[in-house]
Amino acid sequence: MSTVVIPWQVKPHPLTGVTSGKLGIWLFLASEVMLFGALFSSYVLLRVGSPHEYWPRGVQAGLSVPIGTFNTLVLITSSVTMVMAWASLKMNQFAAFKRYFGATIGLGSTFLVVKAFEYGTKFHHGIFPWVGWPQPTDPSTFNALYFTLTGLHGLHVLLGVLAYLWFLFVGVRMWKTDPERFTGRIEICGLYWHFVDLVWIFLFPVLYLL
Amino acid sequence: MSDAEQVRQHVRVYLMMFLALAVLTIVTVTISYFRLPMTYAIPLAITVAAVKAGLVAGYFMHLISEEKVILYVLLLCASFFVFLMALPVSTETGIAPLWPLSGG
Repeated sequence: MSTVVIPWQVKPHPLTGVTSGKLGIWLFLASEVMLFGALFSSYVLLRVGSPHEYWPRGVQAGLSVPIGTFNTLVLITSSVTMVMAWASLKMNQFAAFKRYFGATIGLGSTFLVVKAFEYGTKFHHGIFPWVGWPQPTDPSTFNALYFTLTGLHGLHVLLGVLAYLWFLFVGVRMWKTDPERFTGRIEICGLYWHFVDLVWIFLFPVLYLL
Repeated sequence: MSDAEQVRQHVRVYLMMFLALAVLTIVTVTISYFRLPMTYAIPLAITVAAVKAGLVAGYFMHLISEEKVILYVLLLCASFFVFLMALPVSTETGIAPLWPLSGG
């Protein structure tokens, strides 16, 4: 049986100048921009159409700015460790790669634990996506948007962490057989992770501060 | 210059970007404590967020030196994104008549 090889995995395509994987992840990220863009658009529509007294600032709705700031710094740090993991491979420093990549997974997990703590506190106080503000029966959609936007973002973080765990413990074997291709894969992992960080950079002020 | 040497030089830039992002995060949070009116607070917060996003996209995602084909994809994507954002604003303000068939 013949093996099908996906072309231009390591060497850039002569027409585009990039590898197939890189072009693929950027097209995927473009679709992700549209996905989150539609939700941000809904946020703007619902917010500008809502009476002022039914739309809280994040603090009024029980969100903690220090916790949100901490999580923002955690994600920013994870972006740096991710780019350093890729840079380590480029410099042929495999031990450093494992440290930085492991740190990225750790920081991503920290973000999720903090988010779970925040969700738990909200649930404990009876705040769910279908609950209004300031009274539970009021027509505010703030909580629905908060849980939808942060939930979808959290799902992206979770999927990233799971994929990176696979790369750290299973996919890492490729470094011995095809280091250039493995480096390309980590670059793609990094692009996804930076995008997740980028979405949070907008979510944090929109939900917590404004 | 070899690939590895180039990356070694970039490492310093990554660390500087990290500092810039951390400082901008603190700036955004500090501004929020001033309780500015929303007409000022929203553009200010979005501008700082856009600068941070630019740093992440430009330096961590290497868009600053990326191939044209990627930039074209993102340009197309950005134009749709702007349209998505303009839709709800236009319905509320009425300054951009995007609904010629609504009959309203």
